Amino acid sequence: MRIFDPHIHMTSRTTDDYERMYDAGVRALVEPAFWLGQPRTNVGSFTDYFDALIGWERFRAAQFGIAHHCTIALNPKEANDPRCAGVLDVLPRYLAKDGVVAVGEIGFDSMTAEEEKAFVRQLELAVEFELPAMVHTPHRDKEGGTRRTLELVEASGLAPHRVVVDHLNEMTVGQVAESGCWMGFSIYPDTKMDEHRMVRILEERGLDRVLVNSAADWGRSDPLKTASTGQAMLAAGFSEDDVDRVLWRNPLEFFGQSGRLLLDEPGEDPGTVPGGPPTFEGNSILRGGR
Amino acid sequence: MSSVVLLARPGELRAVLGAGRADALDALVAGVVADPGTLCRVFPTAARRTARGDLPGGGRIEDAVRVELVAAAASVLSPDALVQDLGLLYHHGDADERRAVLLGLSALDDTDVDGSSILLDALRTNDIRLVTAAMGRHARTLGLHDWRHGVLKCLFVGAPLDQVADLAERADDELGAMVRRYVVERQAAGRTVPDDARLVLRLTDPTSSRKG
Repeated sequence: MRIFDPHIHMTSRTTDDYERMYDAGVRALVEPAFWLGQPRTNVGSFTDYFDALIGWERFRAAQFGIAHHCTIALNPKEANDPRCAGVLDVLPRYLAKDGVVAVGEIGFDSMTAEEEKAFVRQLELAVEFELPAMVHTPHRDKEGGTRRTLELVEASGLAPHRVVVDHLNEMTVGQVAESGCWMGFSIYPDTKMDEHRMVRILEERGLDRVLVNSAADWGRSDPLKTASTGQAMLAAGFSEDDVDRVLWRNPLEFFGQSGRLLLDEPGEDPGTVPGGPPTFEGNSILRGGR
Repeated sequence: MSSVVLLARPGELRAVLGAGRADALDALVAGVVADPGTLCRVFPTAARRTARGDLPGGGRIEDAVRVELVAAAASVLSPDALVQDLGLLYHHGDADERRAVLLGLSALDDTDVDGSSILLDALRTNDIRLVTAAMGRHARTLGLHDWRHGVLKCLFVGAPLDQVADLAERADDELGAMVRRYVVERQAAGRTVPDDARLVLRLTDPTSSRKG
């Protein structure tokens, strides 16, 4: 099983996780820029974080045989703090980088005017930089937030097939499916979605435009939820090719629209290299002690 | 400028790129020569507009492309202006761009260019690719103290010492003493001693032939 986790916050995870992910088949991932738990109070905190996403974290992942990509944005929660508004001005610098495969996470948290302003501006940036957009749907009033999200996406001129609306559930998947946007599902131990509910949605709606992610971060979460969803699909009668489509080819297709993926040979099965390849993208990979 | 040693000969790089992408590289280089202010805009996009991947003779295509862009800027900027622009490129760059700035400094080999502060930043990281690139020819701008610590850092993070410029010439007794202490510490912990550490000990052992 080869896995491309389209949404995971590796900054908050350990090297043990990278090892377990590699062993489970994860060969590529996208780390969306988001809230760190502790609110930031100035632009510099963001640029240091963005620099880590396009520098240190990319190197760290490569050491474990995993291609690291990211999305860059001012997240909705922190868009409410006027001290962070200047982040919008530094985004173009980052949106020009290789390996930055979308603008995100953008969207709504508490449905404020400030959130909507940052959301609209960043949809404009996605158009300008010819990048897809990753949209976070709120924890509270998810249905209302999703509805307003889709209205703003439509007004932006960004093609629906270049937008993933994430953290969906049974209540919100319908309107996103109708919009033509991609549907993102976060599989969590307690909240959001679980593997079996995910399988039921796949059975009902098919595999088109579906991204399954672990969204693992600093909270209770599990970076192997992508793999366990693959197992649940197989147990429910889906084929290995179906699993490959959902867990590898779909994220490759969506983020491939950016033209910024850092996979030298996308589509090649990297699972055939036992114990981690000696080189990856031409760079030495060191697993463990030096 | 005394000399420029590019990562790949211009003709060979263009042969690897193929006609269309070679033309794109020529256009990027011409644009930077005409207006070096464009360097910061084209540097992040250079790999996408040309190619990424391995060079047949070793190294990476995108590194060779970006080093040509640095050389193009160096051909029209004063040394001070060049260092200022390269500092911005480095500090605003992703890891690939930072590595290319470091490689570019060593490619220039211009004694009027002092990018040592950029090298020192790279040597504070634990990114092996940056540490390695920082210890190329431009590391001659580092004072002995910083250079020795650069060599020791290479041993710590596993950056290969055959990529360190002027190692045999600059290795001195103090570096030998630092590496001996490093070896003792490794042995006390029951860990293996890297071959590169033994190389430094040989180079700094007064009883052995330094160049042997």
